[in-house]
Parts: sequence; structure tokens; C-alpha cells
Amino acid sequence: MHIIDRRLNPRGKSLENRQRFLRRAKDAVEQAVKRSLQNRSIRDVLDGGEVTLPIGGMAEPGLHRGGGGIQDRILPGNQKFVEGDFIKRPPASGGGRSSEAGEGDGEDGFRFVLTREEFLNIFLEDLELPDLAKRRLSETEEVTPQRAGFSVSGSPSNIAVGRTTRLAMMRRLALHRPKVEEIEALQKQIDECDNAEERLVLEDRLRTLTLKSKRIPYIDPLDVRYRRFENTPKPVVKAVMFCLMDVSGSMSEHMKDLAKRFYLLLYLFLSQRYEKVEIVFIRHTEKAEEVDEETFFYSPATGGTLVSSALAVMRSIVAARFDPTEWNIYAAQASDGDNSYSDGALTGQLLQQEILPACQYFAYIEVGEEDGDSSMSRSPLWTLYQEIRSAALPLAMRKVCRRNEIFPVFHDLFQKKAAKAGATP
Amino acid sequence: MKTSTRHKEKLLFEGADWDFPTLQRIHDACEDIALGELGLDVYPNQIEVITSEQMLDAYSSTGMPLFYRHWSFGKHFAHHEAFYRRGMRDLAYEIVINSSPCISYLMEENTATMQTLVIAHAAFGHNHFFKNNYLFKLWTDAEGILDYLDFAKSYISRCEERYGEVAVERTLDAAHALMSHGVHRYAGKTQVDLRQEEKRLQERRAHEEKIFNDLWRTVPVGLKRNKSDRDLEHRRAALGLPQDNILYFLEKSAPRLHPWQREILRIVRHVAQYFHPQRQTKVMNEGTATYVHYNIMQRLHERGQLSDGNHFEFLKSHTNVVFQPMYDDRRFSGFNPYALGFAMMQDIERIVTEPTGEDRDWFPDIAGRGDPMAVLRDIWANYRDESFVSQFLSPSLMRRWRMFQLHDDPEVQEGILVSAIHDERGYRRIRRQLSRDYDIGHTDPAIEIVDVDLAGDRRLLLQHRATNDEFLEEEDLKLVLQHLADLWSYDVLLEELDSKESVVRKHVAHPRTSSRQSEFA
Repeated sequence: MHIIDRRLNPRGKSLENRQRFLRRAKDAVEQAVKRSLQNRSIRDVLDGGEVTLPIGGMAEPGLHRGGGGIQDRILPGNQKFVEGDFIKRPPASGGGRSSEAGEGDGEDGFRFVLTREEFLNIFLEDLELPDLAKRRLSETEEVTPQRAGFSVSGSPSNIAVGRTTRLAMMRRLALHRPKVEEIEALQKQIDECDNAEERLVLEDRLRTLTLKSKRIPYIDPLDVRYRRFENTPKPVVKAVMFCLMDVSGSMSEHMKDLAKRFYLLLYLFLSQRYEKVEIVFIRHTEKAEEVDEETFFYSPATGGTLVSSALAVMRSIVAARFDPTEWNIYAAQASDGDNSYSDGALTGQLLQQEILPACQYFAYIEVGEEDGDSSMSRSPLWTLYQEIRSAALPLAMRKVCRRNEIFPVFHDLFQKKAAKAGATP
Repeated sequence: MKTSTRHKEKLLFEGADWDFPTLQRIHDACEDIALGELGLDVYPNQIEVITSEQMLDAYSSTGMPLFYRHWSFGKHFAHHEAFYRRGMRDLAYEIVINSSPCISYLMEENTATMQTLVIAHAAFGHNHFFKNNYLFKLWTDAEGILDYLDFAKSYISRCEERYGEVAVERTLDAAHALMSHGVHRYAGKTQVDLRQEEKRLQERRAHEEKIFNDLWRTVPVGLKRNKSDRDLEHRRAALGLPQDNILYFLEKSAPRLHPWQREILRIVRHVAQYFHPQRQTKVMNEGTATYVHYNIMQRLHERGQLSDGNHFEFLKSHTNVVFQPMYDDRRFSGFNPYALGFAMMQDIERIVTEPTGEDRDWFPDIAGRGDPMAVLRDIWANYRDESFVSQFLSPSLMRRWRMFQLHDDPEVQEGILVSAIHDERGYRRIRRQLSRDYDIGHTDPAIEIVDVDLAGDRRLLLQHRATNDEFLEEEDLKLVLQHLADLWSYDVLLEELDSKESVVRKHVAHPRTSSRQSEFA
């Protein structure tokens, strides 16, 4: 008989197999993520920390029976039946069968758990922000020094005086360095002393004290502390996202819901790409106002429709707070397409001359009723925007009626290659 | 006082710790009982101590020490590991390989008692079974298997270098999907010799390389067509239809496979064939090993080589292993092969030594023969689960386990019929049915290749005879047929016949064009 100790054999013999498996799994996960988002509400993605996915493409199929037909089984443990008894079938037919089949395929529950980050990375992987020119320019990040405690070395200009003296004092106290007053008092005593013998004693003590105070310096190099700075990169890339929504009476809850989904996706997407994303919510009826998120989505409002008012507010906010040379400006507008007839010219002018030149991207989403048709009749706004649209302008427009259309539309708008051609519907 | 110290000297070990000399002592003591008292006949033993991670490795490649690379083994590893890490499942105590020498893996975490149990169970129980059972003798080549797997591993990795990982993986995926239909069920040919197998391939390759002459490519092939027309009749016969070994058929007859793909199919087929006897002897194999370890451990204790405490520890593990939950227990998941096998072995021992009148009626050949080991050795050598149950499941055991039969006919409205219980009328019926449940010829779907339309579009025709109108699971079937079509390179049609022999379902698969052009062309 041989006994062989294999414990020190190279570990991870199946490493290669595991890597192959992960490589294969990655594709499957990517597909599953894409598919899952079609039905998943966006809230879930925002709230949920983890996303769990069953793996379909990892199956190892084999030929086996699917149940049904006439079944005979032998079981142990009969306490009460006699031949000829009938047992009611369990509600899900073939329950007994499934436990038998369970022997071989315990892998139904094989799942991947992705964190939200991983999920979003995969989810948004093949999307690209259109026109990243500004971002590229400012990719050299600004570095600002930030206080980060103390260190024992550094440049003289950074000496932390308070900290140094505190440490020096602690040391002096601990080592019993004679105080200056003490020595001065002794000196005085010597000066006043008449007795020669006593004077010798005192002088001796003075010598000891002076020696000690020389040995224990007032400030030792050990005490010195410097202020420490860490260089923190500060992203210069700043993005702001304007959400413009028509909240006039003609906008139904369903339409608002569609719009909201689009904004959420855009926000998710931008926050993946930028360190910090500001959001500005502007709602408008016949007049526009900047509101907070809660009001924007949930507070009811009624009135007519003047799209130019929203654009005007956006323009003034940009002028006041978001200098286009520093900020990447994205805007998403959702509307049912209504606009006052008289407002058309002004809207067009504002958009073309003020808003679009400042924007990286302007997406217009025309929302419709759930039972509506994507190719619904041309609305005033749609017609107007279509006239403005040209290949040179960062304007994209789409029509959406159903919830499950949101993601494909979004995906469409931000597809990598379509970055420049974003303006074609 | 004196006796107790002498007693201590006899002990193989104390406490739970063990080292390599201990393992040697344990093995020798077990060997003494196994060969001397039980009369077992085993391959030489090789015991390998491994860590739990290595155990997981071994697990995920179907227990083989060296295996070709494939993502599915990585998947199984991840799966087992997840369960193990979460504490939801224990690792097996041992893995044993049907090879000569017979390799048993022992986990380093085991206590000394557990190592003794494992050595008794695997190194002697399973080992004896592998060496003596007729199915293993017929279908497996214990001397050659490790060399063959080594060859398979390097062959497949050479293929990966030459033809790309993707192409090899695709072929392997397809072969794995058909693996359960890649075995010869009936012995018709000579005994397998895996070493010859490897040599044969090397020689063929060397020959091909020697005679390779690029000029042959340029020779016009006009005449060939005519010849193939004449050969058509001949070829149909040569295809050997009908054929239930699908992998074998593809390897020999799929028109557009590369030689290396045929060789991969062959490798997968050999592996499937190697494991085929294990599938047919689960109850017997585990029952034998459990019976052997139980007897060895009892004897070690009787001889004073195992302390009371350690014996108690053994009994606890043993009881867990042979625990059989009843049908209404939440833990019930069919018959536990260890429990049923062990119970039947013990029952046979009882029949041989202290038979009742009933036993004499039922088992006239063995009742009261008086030498249980001789009877059992004979049984271990000459039966498989199906025949074992149908011959030796005794009324007394059926009563003890309170077995009953359920007959579920979807047509019957009242529900599931209790068609037999453990009484005079039921014994034979229960035994017949249980034996059928262990007959893989009966439990595996019966699928055959019945025809190839050689003159026309070369469509492959398969038939599944659904016993009791139980049809194939469709989701998986689709995937498997796709793989089959990819290998065959032309359309594949599978018909399902009900119990009245009429076709009720048809499934078609077309080869994926991409694979047809790039991988299989």
C-alpha cells in the first residue's frame, strides 16, 4: 500500500476551469442584465443593493423525461394504506415526481449576485455619452492639497507649532526638566547667600540643574511635527442635467411616469460617467419654475402650455450657475407635444440660439398614452423640433408610449456609435 | 490493571489525531480483516491525503484525478463550493477511483476514526466491488484508465492549441449533452483496452503524417461520385442502424466532422462508458462498501484495536450514512442507496445464517447455507442493482421498511392508486417495480437513431419510444437536438412514439450555419 500526501500539490487545480466558467458566465450575465431591465422598474435598480440573476446560458442539457404519463413508484414507510386505496393528487400534479427528479439537477438555484455597481456597469456598458469633448479637454484633473493629520518630516514652512510645543511640553514634564524660574530662584538664592559652605551646596545644585536642563532641551527634534497634506484629485468634470417637463393638464399620470423613467435612466447613466452630477428640475405650464424632485414628480399642477417659458428659465439658470465652458450640460425634455401656437417661434429661437449651443446633448421625449401609437400624429412641438434639427446640433427626439419602450429608446439614443448621429430618429 | 495496559498497546490510535504511521497501521489492520476474515480480493491500494479544496476539485471533475479542461467543471466547483462555504452541505468523506492501484482520497480534516471508516469503506469495500463485479470487469479497464485520462487531457489541450478553444469547447459541449447516450448497453465487442486505444490513435496519426502528400489535394475527384452512388446500399448497412449509441454513430458516420472532433467524441464516449457500470450498481456498490466497513469496524472493536469512544464515534457516522427517511418525512428524497444496500446485505447474511420458513421458501438456494461471506461475494460479483433487487429483496425487509407501491395514471380521476403494500399479494409486485426503477435501460429514455436519408437531404431520424407515455422534457431536448444537429451538420428529426407505437410529437433542429461553415466544414 502507498500513502501519498497530496496536500502540498499545487492548489487550484480547477482554476483554469473556473476561469473558463467565469468567462462564459460573463456573457450570460450581460445578456441577462439587459433582458432583466426590460421588465424591471427603475426604482428597483436605484434602491436595491444587489441584483440576483439566474443563469440560463450556463445550462448543460441532457436527454431526460419530462414527467407525465403513467408513473409507478415504490416508497417506504406505509402506516395506513391498504391495497386499492386512492390518495388525492397534490395540487401541483407530479409533486412526487419532482422530488425524484431532484436527485440529479440541484442546480436550478445557481445564481449570480451582482452589486448595484457591477449591475450598472454591465447594464450601461455599451452606451456612450455623446460629445464628450469638454470632458476630454479637462481630463487632467485638478489636484488640491488637503490636510491629512501630522507627520514627523516635512518642510519648515509646514511646522505645526501648536502640536510641536505640546509634545515638547509633555516631554519636558515627563523628564522633569528644571523650570527656568527654578534656576532663576536658585541663582538669586546664591547671590543672596552669605554662608560659603551653604553657597557651595547651592552652586552645586545649580550646576546639576543647568546640566540637566542642557541635557533635556526645551524643544527636541523629536517633538517637531509638520502638517501633512495629501493631494486629492478634484474632478473638474462637472455635469448638470436639466429635467424639463410639461405638467399641464394634458399630461396624464402615465405620461409623467414615462418621463420619470427616462430621467432616472439618464441620471443613472450620467452618474456612472461623472463624479458629480447636479440635477435641475424645471416644470412648466404656461410659466415655468425650478422645483425640487418631490414637487417635480408628485405635486399636481394645471394650466396651459408655454414651452418657451421652461427654456427661458433654463437659460437663466445656466447663465447664473452653470458656465458652459466648465459644465457639461445635458437636458432632457418630456412633453406630450402640446404647445401654444403663438409660442412656437419663440421656443424655436430659444432652443436654437441659446440652449443648444450650451448643451452637450438635448433629448426630447414625446410621451403618449399607453394605448397610443408610436407613430402618432405630428404634434406642434415635434414638428417644430424637427425643423430645427440638423446633424450639427446635439438634439435627439423620440416618441414613447409604453413603459417597456423606455429602455430601448434610451439605449438607442446613447449607443456608442450613434454618438454623432444622435439626431436621427 | 495489566490487562488494560495491554489493551492500550493493541489500540491502533487514541483520540482523534492521526499521522502517516497511524494510517499505515489502520490500513494494515483493515487489510488483515478484509483479506483474512472476509475473504475479499482487492486491487493494490493507494491512499492519498488531500485538503478540502482539493476534494472540491476532485468532486467537480466527476471524481477523476486528472481530467481535460472544460468550463462545466468550473461551474460545478463554484456550485459545490458555494454550498460548502455556506455550510449547507458537507463534503463527502472520501472519493474512490476504479483504477489499479485503487486510489482513495482521504480528507485531512477527518478524525482518525473517520479515516479508519473511509479506508475500510473505500479501500476495501469499493475496491473489492470494482475488481470483482462483472460489469466493471466487462466495461472498465482499471489498469488503463489513468493513462487514458492523461492522454485525453493532453490530446484535448493540443486540440485547443491547434484549432482554438472555442471550437473545442463547442464540440465538447455537444458531446457532453449526448453523453448519456454515448454508451454501449450490451456487450457485443471485445473487452475494452484503453492503452491499446491510445496506441491505436498514435499509430494512425503517424501513418497519416507519413503518407501525407499535398499533391493529392490537386487530383481531380470526378470519379468518386459515381463510386459513392454504387456504395449507397452498402453504406446504409454499414451505418449499423438502428443505433442507440448516438455518440458512437456520430463518431463513425457524421459526414463533416474533423478527425480531431471524432476523437473528442470518442474520448467523451469512453468516459461515459467508464462510468456506465457505476450508474447501474449504485445500491450494490454502496451497500457492499457499507457492509464491509461495518464488519471491519466491528471486528476492530472486538479485537480491541478500536476504543469504545472511537467505536461510538464510528457508529454515529454509520447511522447517519444508512439513515432512511420514510416517505412522509420532509427529508425524504427517494431510497438512500447506502441504506437499502446495507439493509439488503445484512438481510442476506441473516437468511444465510438464521433463515425462517418464509426465507427457505423464497430463497431456497442460499437460505441456511451458513457461509454469508461466500454468498455475498458471489452476489457482489454477478449482479447489478436491477437483478440484485429482483432476486434478493426479501419479504421480511419489505415489511420492515413498510414498502408500498403507488400507481399514478393521469386518466384516473380518483387520484393515485395504492397498488400494492407489504403483504402476500404485494411482495412480488413491489419487488418487480423497485427492480425496474434501478434498471437504467428502463429509466433512461429509449432513443435510437433509426434512419438517415442518405440519398436526399441527409436528414438524421431519431425515435423515442415513450414507455407509459412519458415524453421528453422539451426545453433540454431542444438544446440537445441543436448540439446533435451541429455535429451531424444536417437537419435532425426526433419523433416520439407513444405506447401505441404512433408518432405523437416531432422535434426538428437545423445545424447552426456559422458552425457549419467555420467549425465543421
